[in-house]
Amino acid sequence: MEWINQNLPYLMAGISVGGQYALIAIGYTMVYGILRLINFAHGDIFMVAGLIMVYAMTVMPIYVAIPLMIILTVLLGFLVERVAYKPLRSAPRMSIMISAIGVSYLLQNLALYVTGGLSQQYPPIPWLSDTITVFGATTKRVTVITPVLTIILVLALVALIKYTKIGMAMRAASRDFETSQLMGIKINSVISMTFIIGSFLAAIGSMLFFTNYTGVTPTAGAMPGLKAFVAAVFGGIGSIPGAVIGAFIIGICENIIKGLGWTTFSDAFTFALLIVVLIAKPTGLFGEKVIDKV
Amino acid sequence: MKKQTKIIWNVGLILGLLLVLFILEQVFPSGSMLFTVLKKGAIYALVAVSMNLLNGFTGLFSLGQAGFMLLGAYTYGILTIPVESRASVYQYFDGGIVQFAIPVPLALIAGGIVAAIFAYLIGLPVLRLKSDYLAIATLGFAEIIRAVFQWDKLGPLTNGSNLLRNFPAFKSVLYPFIVAGICIAIIVMLINSTYGRAFKAIRDDEIAAEAMGINLAHHKRLAFVISSFFAGISGGLLAMYQTTIQASMFKSAMTYEILLIVVIGGIGSVTGSCISSFLFIACSEWWLRFLDNDNLYIGSFHVPLLRAGFRKVVFAVIIMCVVLFYRKGIMGEKEFSIEGIANFFRRKFKKEKVTEGGASK
Repeated sequence: MEWINQNLPYLMAGISVGGQYALIAIGYTMVYGILRLINFAHGDIFMVAGLIMVYAMTVMPIYVAIPLMIILTVLLGFLVERVAYKPLRSAPRMSIMISAIGVSYLLQNLALYVTGGLSQQYPPIPWLSDTITVFGATTKRVTVITPVLTIILVLALVALIKYTKIGMAMRAASRDFETSQLMGIKINSVISMTFIIGSFLAAIGSMLFFTNYTGVTPTAGAMPGLKAFVAAVFGGIGSIPGAVIGAFIIGICENIIKGLGWTTFSDAFTFALLIVVLIAKPTGLFGEKVIDKV
Repeated sequence: MKKQTKIIWNVGLILGLLLVLFILEQVFPSGSMLFTVLKKGAIYALVAVSMNLLNGFTGLFSLGQAGFMLLGAYTYGILTIPVESRASVYQYFDGGIVQFAIPVPLALIAGGIVAAIFAYLIGLPVLRLKSDYLAIATLGFAEIIRAVFQWDKLGPLTNGSNLLRNFPAFKSVLYPFIVAGICIAIIVMLINSTYGRAFKAIRDDEIAAEAMGINLAHHKRLAFVISSFFAGISGGLLAMYQTTIQASMFKSAMTYEILLIVVIGGIGSVTGSCISSFLFIACSEWWLRFLDNDNLYIGSFHVPLLRAGFRKVVFAVIIMCVVLFYRKGIMGEKEFSIEGIANFFRRKFKKEKVTEGGASK
């Protein structure tokens, strides 16, 4: 019991960070499921969402700023896909991945230019940033809200994919890209929709993430992005429940490691986990086994 | 063209280049931007070629280059800091545990060997993975190596997260050129050997290559280890160029930069990588500098938008254009060579002759 009391703050922080990773990881896993592309720019879209919020809050009230931030982020995700990935659809997979790295480079440099390289103070969001006490541990309300909100959003997304027409189209496209086109699925709108959903969740995730950490820097998106990708691989890439569970496991492990005083290795642990998973079970926890025919 | 004349031409060209560099060094002041670009460009050319050996010639998409450079740089730094200045460098760790220094060339090679050993160990599990999984796993390893080198417990060896400094650096611009040149020459010879042909076969079709009797695991490991060896050496050179090293320098952003250099030069072209690394460094450090200056006037027109950081935005846009519209890069898969130029002129000459003949009819 005493151990739990001591480690409760870390555990709670872990669950909260896990929820934020989960929201980013869904963007990775959906894009990978359909395009077989590691969207390296996704972490930077997450960072840009944070910056938009910082600048929006200086000129307008919060109930305008949040919807605006979400809309702009979604628009950015949509544009990135149209401009940087769509022209390369028939190109080898490596060139589209390089294009993703290029977009990430561009977004980071753009952010560097706009912010002047200074860390931008993330505005406190009323109610979310309030301090509360849970089981004797003091924390921000966002810590408790994040997992709940994450689960609600994920359930909504799963319902969308299972029961709507566009969801069916997404499942078909991820199963077989070419055949789904032959069946009359408008593949471009399906892909755009994937990016829109991914960016929407990243925007929400960035709001929750940066409320916990005060500063937004141009490279703030790189690390959470990579970790979310690891979570997606861990859970089995292409699988949404897998990505969410993977993200929670990674978030919790990382914070427990921090609690044990091994902060230097909290990032390294994530990657070590990735490598172990890739070698032992390359399809992840919930991934489907793919058999290549020669 | 005969083989002998080709060799003479190439040797002449290399000597000429070295002579030009030597003269430049006498003419321009040593603080000139030109030398920054030349030195850094030569170092990046080496690491870009080593990455090209892996990505372009063997078809292994690895993103671990920064990690191997870190290993090379640290090995070089740790082994060459003079014994008398160790106490001040390792001030938090009682002067460190390494209490000797070895000559610079040996330390560079040692850096390469350490990187190669790590590559061998990492390669055992990782090289079984395919395409993007391999990329993300090697990227992960680079991050792990960076975290380990910043660990306090290893402080007596690596100085923790503090700077390593006071190790010997090069003064002349010729030094990085000669070292990088020798290394690139070795890589080129490797590519032209039977091993190189096996690498290319693996790149084009793994299954067909295996059917032709190429040992996949062995050749992949070989390419990975050799590429890391040269990345380690270039890491040592980078340490010499920067005069201080710190583990936090070798982030994944560095690997991305090198990858972009390879892409701009043309995946699968050694000379392309060399040319583009000089262009890349020149653009990012020198030619676009004017964009960072916010008092730029054309006539009396104050150019808007210019301020610190704009250079990098423009640069990133240029890179995106290359990636999207010139997918083959500067050289594609071709190589720059004397013979190619000679053939080009000969063909032009012949063409003119033919058209002349046509006109006379």
